[in-house]
Parts: sequence; structure tokens; C-alpha cells
Amino acid sequence: MKKLRVLLAMLVVPGLMLTASCAKKVVKPEAAVSKADTTAQRVVTPPPAPVDNSAQEAALAARQKFQAEDVYFAFDSAVLNATAQSVLKDKAGWLKANAAANVVIEGNCDERGTVAYNLALGERRAASAKAFLTNMGVAPARMATISYGKEKPVDPGHNEQAWAKNRRDHFVIK
Amino acid sequence: MPALLHISIFFIVSMWYGFACAAGQYDYVDINNPSLKKVPIAIPFFKPVTGNASESEISRNGANMLSDALAFTSYFNILDRGAFLADAQKADPASPLFKAWTTVGAELLVTGAAAVNGNQLELDLRLFDTFNERQLLGRKYTGNVSDLRSMILRFCNEIMGLLTGSTGLFGSKIAFISSGSGSKEVYICDFDGHNAVQITHNRSINLTPALSSDGKWVAYTSYAKGKPELFIENIVDKRVTVVDKKGMGISPGWLPGRFELGATLTFSGDPEIYLLTGNGKIINRLTNSPGIDISPAFSPDGKRMAFVSRRGGTPQVYIQDMNSGSATRITFHGNNNTQPEWSPKGDKIVYTTLEKGGFFNICVIGADGQGLVQLTHAQGDNESPTWSPDGSLIAFSSTREGGSRIYVMTVYGADQRKLVSMPGTQSEPRWSPGVTN
Repeated sequence: MKKLRVLLAMLVVPGLMLTASCAKKVVKPEAAVSKADTTAQRVVTPPPAPVDNSAQEAALAARQKFQAEDVYFAFDSAVLNATAQSVLKDKAGWLKANAAANVVIEGNCDERGTVAYNLALGERRAASAKAFLTNMGVAPARMATISYGKEKPVDPGHNEQAWAKNRRDHFVIK
Repeated sequence: MPALLHISIFFIVSMWYGFACAAGQYDYVDINNPSLKKVPIAIPFFKPVTGNASESEISRNGANMLSDALAFTSYFNILDRGAFLADAQKADPASPLFKAWTTVGAELLVTGAAAVNGNQLELDLRLFDTFNERQLLGRKYTGNVSDLRSMILRFCNEIMGLLTGSTGLFGSKIAFISSGSGSKEVYICDFDGHNAVQITHNRSINLTPALSSDGKWVAYTSYAKGKPELFIENIVDKRVTVVDKKGMGISPGWLPGRFELGATLTFSGDPEIYLLTGNGKIINRLTNSPGIDISPAFSPDGKRMAFVSRRGGTPQVYIQDMNSGSATRITFHGNNNTQPEWSPKGDKIVYTTLEKGGFFNICVIGADGQGLVQLTHAQGDNESPTWSPDGSLIAFSSTREGGSRIYVMTVYGADQRKLVSMPGTQSEPRWSPGVTN
């Protein structure tokens, strides 16, 4: 039974990693599991006995939400607005519930402005989130920051819609 | 330390003395005149001395190279060879028929004679004032046939030194970023975009390259080791020093004539500008203000530093006295002014401004904050301005044709043209400070 669970986790996690790159799109855990099941059938016989996965699924969903949900900023600003703060409160909750997890906060900017300035601004954005989470009781040692300036846009467009998506902190569990 | 200081002061004084002399003698081209009339110059094909095939080829290629190099400065009107009355390939290059050249409108004339023996090239180049019927310059270069371009460029440097009092353009290099290989890597090319060489090969993200005065070192920010750190690389032997402090190392700028640079480090938790040795050791901290302080650019005498600070609420250009540490804001027009670079004469600052319409453009302002002039208008985003070491040209990046490319223009914004044609996007040009041949 224990072996099976490990095997299941091994199959589910890479499946999640593949889908995690689709920003914001919440992937249903059932889909990931059924995908894993079909793979598992090829590898192990007999097929896995039905297991109550609901707690695990919820945990995975929460973990996925933590990484999928970005915090957004106004142009040339590292100030956390009300929406950003509410998203960060959720993240603080998750970090407290998952004390073993460490996080890298990636600060990003839109394409406007110069490379060096955006590197500095991206770092300010990551630092704002780290300071907020620290105030919410998350140990600073669990959080690292890195700025990608304007080097890693999620939307390559040259309009306000794209820029708004790119001015963000992205959270990666390590 | 005092001895070093004396040497550098002596160097600067003697250089200025040299300039004053030359400029006073021949006032043909005034690069400080915005409504400059281009000087008409005739550059006929060189004379093949013995008449062998290699000489004939060099006579044409060399004359074309010389024409292209002088045209690049924007100070010359290269006359059409089809209108020439005299056949310079048959005449004596030392005593041209001046009337034949003034008749076609030439005020200056370059003649050449090429002698090739095996791989050995002897190139005789002369510059004449056709109206005063006198020779202004005469130089003989010997070397390998493959040295043709460097011989031509050395002669061009002499012409510019004589006519404008400023040398150093033709021996200079430009560092820039290109994404052509699939990742942003540092490249270095000649002043005119020729001979681009890839410097970094780490397939990571490399940004904001800056060349040292002697052209031997390039400092840049690289993600090669995971986070954005300051790399200082010797271009010749490829030695790399990484300033591996906590946080980032960004926006390097070399002190003219010294093995020292300024850069922003964030290990204290706040982005501040530090003075570093070329070996990456911190000498001292230059700014002390909460919030963003980046992009140090030093005056030619090293006594002042222009930089970008957000201390007033928006990113603006400030100038700080290196002795007293006191800083004065010089840009007040617009909410986003960044990337200052000091003119080689020390009187002006070029920088990037965000216009109300949402586009970035290049402006020049006096180091005293007076005399703001916008150089680029309504052609995409224009960023990363950098002066040529002779002070005559400004290179910059622009999105006017779609992806970012590097362009060059006169310091008055005239004659804007593309500098390099390469795959991918090119950005962040940075000219080396003058290297005298």
C-alpha cells in the first residue's frame, strides 16, 4: 500500500508539473489522477485499488493555486494594492500550513522602461511581497527573492493588457 | 595614489592642449554646430603602383572603405566618382591637379597609392585642401594585405583629429546585447557595426554590458549562476570575476581611464551604487538613500557621477559630486528619466525619457540641467543612448522597425541609421571610451 502511494505520487507530480505552466488555468486534480491511472495500468498490474484521495487532492490543489496565482502591480510601482494583499494573505495561510515548504518570489516587470531600472523595480516588487508575508508571520528564511526585470514576460504583447499581466510577482515552491 | 592622480591630470591636460592646437589650425568641421554643412570630399580609387590584380582590387576596396568610414561620421559629403574629371589612378597621388577637383565641388581630396608585393601591402594616403592647394596629411602604412581596413581606419582617425580636434571614433568598439543565438548574450563590434564578436556563451540572460576605457574589460549583469550578478570579464584572456554578493549586481559604468567602475548592489537590502575595483572589490558606497539608485555614469574627469534615483518619487537623473557626495536633480520634465551617459566633453548628459504618449525617447540636457533637447521622435521606443568617444555620434536602440535594433545618429539627432543587421533583437549598445591608435 505504501509502495503504491509513492508510485502514485511519482506519477501525479510530473503530471502536475506539465500542467502548472499554464498560468491561472486551474487543472482539476481528477484529470491528473486519471492520467496517472492510465499510465499506471501500463506499468503495474493489478490496477491500483480505490484509495480515498480527497485530502491529498485538496492539498495538491492548494499547492497548485499557491504557485499559479500571481500578485499584480501598477506601472512603475512596487506597492501592494488591496487585491494583491488579499492574494498574499492566502499565500501566508498556505505557507503556515506547509511549514516544510520554501518559496522563491520572482519579481517581474512589463517591457516598458530600461533593462536596469526594471531589474531594480522587479526586486522591489519581490521584496514588497516578502515583507508582507513576513509581517503575516512567515519566517523570512523560508523566502528567497529574485528579479527577472522585463526578461520573462508571460504575455509577449505590446499593449496595456499584456503589460498588466507581466507586472507581477510569481511564486515558486522549492 | 597621488602619483596616479598626477599622471591622469597630466594626460587630460596634454590631450586638451593637443585638441586646441589641431582645432585651431584647421577649422573645417565644427562638431558643435548643429546646422553643420557637410564638407564635400572627393575619394577617387587609389593608384595601383605596379598595376597587378591585387593592387587594382585594393585600390577600389580601400577607397570604398575610406568613403564608408568618413560618411559614417555624418560630417562629409562623399562626392560621386562618376563626376570626377581627373583620373587619379593615372595621376601622381602627391601632386593632384587641384582645379580638376575644385571644379567638381570638392573642398577636400584623399589620394592613395597601393603597392602589393606578395602579401605585403604598402599604402600611401594623403589628404589635400583643394582650394588652398596644399597637403594637410600624408601617411605611409606597411603591413599585410589583410591589414587594409585597420590602415584605412587609422588614416580616418588622423583626418578627424586634424579637422575636428577629436580622435578615437575609428578605433572604438561598441558592446551590446543580441538574442540571435536564442539567448541574450554580450557582443562587441567595431564603431560602424562591422566585425561583431560574441563574448558570452552561457545561454543564460546577459544584460547591460559596459566597456572599460582601455577596451579590455566588459562588465555586465548575468543570470549564468542563477541570479542577476555583476560579471567583469577580460575580453582578451576571458578571465571572469563574479561579484557574488547577496542580492543583485546591476547597471555597471566604468570610470574613464581607470580600472574602477560603479554598479548597483542590493546586498544591504536596498539598491545602492558602489565604487568597485576592476577586480570586483568594493572601494566604497556612493549613494545612501532608500529606494532605487542605479545606472552610474561618470564625467570624463571622474569628479562627478550621473545616476538614476527614485528618491523624489519617480525615476530621475541626478548628478553627484564625488568628493562632497551631494546630489542635484537635473531632470524635471516627465515622470521617468533614466540611463544617463556623460558626453566625452563633459558638458552634456544624454538619457532616456518616457513621453506622455507612452513612448520612450532620447534627450540631451546640459550637465547643469539647462538646454533640454529631444533627439528622437515618434518612431517606436528609443532607449539606451551612448556617446561615441569622440563625442560626434550617439548610438541607441529603437523598435522603429519592430524588434529592437541598434541605430546611430549625430549628437543633434540627424542621420539616424541602423548600425548592425543580425538575427534576433539587439539592445543596450555601450560605446567604449576613446582608444587612441
